Amino acid sequence: MSGEGLSCDALTKVYSGSKGKKALDSVSLNLPSTGIFSLIGMNGAGKTTLVRILATQLQPTSGRASINGMDVMKDAKKLRDHIACVPQEARTAPFMTPKQTVLSYLMWRGIGYREAGKKAVEALAKVGLEDQADVLARRLSGGTKRKVLVATVLSSDADIIFLDEPTTGLDPISRRDLWKLLSSLARDRFLILTTHYLEEAERLANTIGILHSGKLIELGTLDQLRATVRYQYSLMLPSAQDIPAVREGEVTVGGAGQTQILTNEGEAREISKSLLEKGTKFSMSRISLDDIFFHLVHGTDEEDSTP
Amino acid sequence: MRPSGWQVMAGILMNSIYAMKNYPMVMVNTVLSPLSFLTVITFVSRGQLIGEAIEGGFIMSMFQAGMSLQGDLSHYKNDFKLQDMVVSTPSSPVAYVTGMAIGEIIYTLPALVVLVVLAGIYLNPGVVGALQLLAVLLLMFLASVTLGFTLSTFSSDIIQSFAFSRLISTLFSTLPPVYYPITYIPLPFRYFAYLSPTTYAAEIAQSATGLVQLSSGTLAIAWVVLSAVSLALLLISISKARWREV
Repeated sequence: MSGEGLSCDALTKVYSGSKGKKALDSVSLNLPSTGIFSLIGMNGAGKTTLVRILATQLQPTSGRASINGMDVMKDAKKLRDHIACVPQEARTAPFMTPKQTVLSYLMWRGIGYREAGKKAVEALAKVGLEDQADVLARRLSGGTKRKVLVATVLSSDADIIFLDEPTTGLDPISRRDLWKLLSSLARDRFLILTTHYLEEAERLANTIGILHSGKLIELGTLDQLRATVRYQYSLMLPSAQDIPAVREGEVTVGGAGQTQILTNEGEAREISKSLLEKGTKFSMSRISLDDIFFHLVHGTDEEDSTP
Repeated sequence: MRPSGWQVMAGILMNSIYAMKNYPMVMVNTVLSPLSFLTVITFVSRGQLIGEAIEGGFIMSMFQAGMSLQGDLSHYKNDFKLQDMVVSTPSSPVAYVTGMAIGEIIYTLPALVVLVVLAGIYLNPGVVGALQLLAVLLLMFLASVTLGFTLSTFSSDIIQSFAFSRLISTLFSTLPPVYYPITYIPLPFRYFAYLSPTTYAAEIAQSATGLVQLSSGTLAIAWVVLSAVSLALLLISISKARWREV
């Protein structure tokens, strides 16, 4: 449990009044503290609980965790010099401007008024909000308010940043703007990001952890996660009428007739060849995080329900 | 200034200066409640209880400032997730609460200024009386701030939190004999009034300015009770308030 990196050892959380239900169930992991680590999972999977424990906001019931050799419980004071967090559902105060929001946050980090003001202006410029630095938050759009919160942690000298569902509720354009920002942030800092948007994790994360019912059911790079599922390729057909014979794989027909075939590389090539010969429109790709997530979570649920 | 000084300043800026600067109307609210009670009591007593009413205004302002802290901290914690953001910084809970609490006093300044002017005109307490009054108000503020912080760390819902804040404010600063002498209350109910620390605060304040004559024993008991309640609430807040949630 020492040295560089993020490390959890049998981390467990049971909230009082939850009748013993484990919000986090013996989570253990070790990974380098660089780039972006994304936690994905359904509602109530334990993502926020894990982030809050690591960000020193919540005590675990048992187990240990450390970041870069600093224990989240014993070394919390020291660790807090290095971390910054935008919690889930965090909002800017409507009676404050972006500059005032970032400035006061920096002062809570112990930075003097003048320096904090200077850093706030710089951080807001980095997120493209220099023109709105003095506008009251209640007049800003949802996406802009989110950018203000990202600017708060960006303005700090923290090298470990927690962002709990930072893009929830944002329109696709604002979300992509924020992705760019997060990618640039991760160049010299370690970002721990939770998200419901699997595309977001797929695009941004170096390492992905999948939580389900409090358990870490998989951890790795996207390629490593792909390797955990049976079929690596996905073919999408617009209608169920032209489904070719599939020797090995799974065929799923959607409500509108759109069909997905999951299969291995060889079979995918053969099917696509026959579809091309017939002139059937289709698309082929390696399986997405969406497919991996569905198979892993669905598989876990089936195992749990087996008597 | 040391980092902890800036951390305190951050709380002051957020909890008073920025709100007052950006929404000047909020100051009217802080003036309204203590001064409206003062006006009513003064009119109903045909001016006879203006001294008690001014002191009641001071006590109510300080107590409500502390209780407002409970509502504000809960609001920041539950609606903006500010407390979680600050927990994950080098700031200490003491710096956070101190800044926010001073912010509440600054917020109350417009009312306090009016009351100080009225006290200068109608009470003229003298140096010793003024110091006693100040000590009582600080103890009252300490008690309500520590109570407010403790309650805010347990609250998970803003409606529940504001309801609590109003309930406690009413129980401790409106119902007890803060704006008038305790002798106006029929005897059996007087015992209930002594359950509130604000009753002792009002007695000390009224005695300090010569509005009531208390025996030295009664006065000593009032100081002991008020100090003990403030100390007990401070100790409870230190041991029970949750900075990092469990």
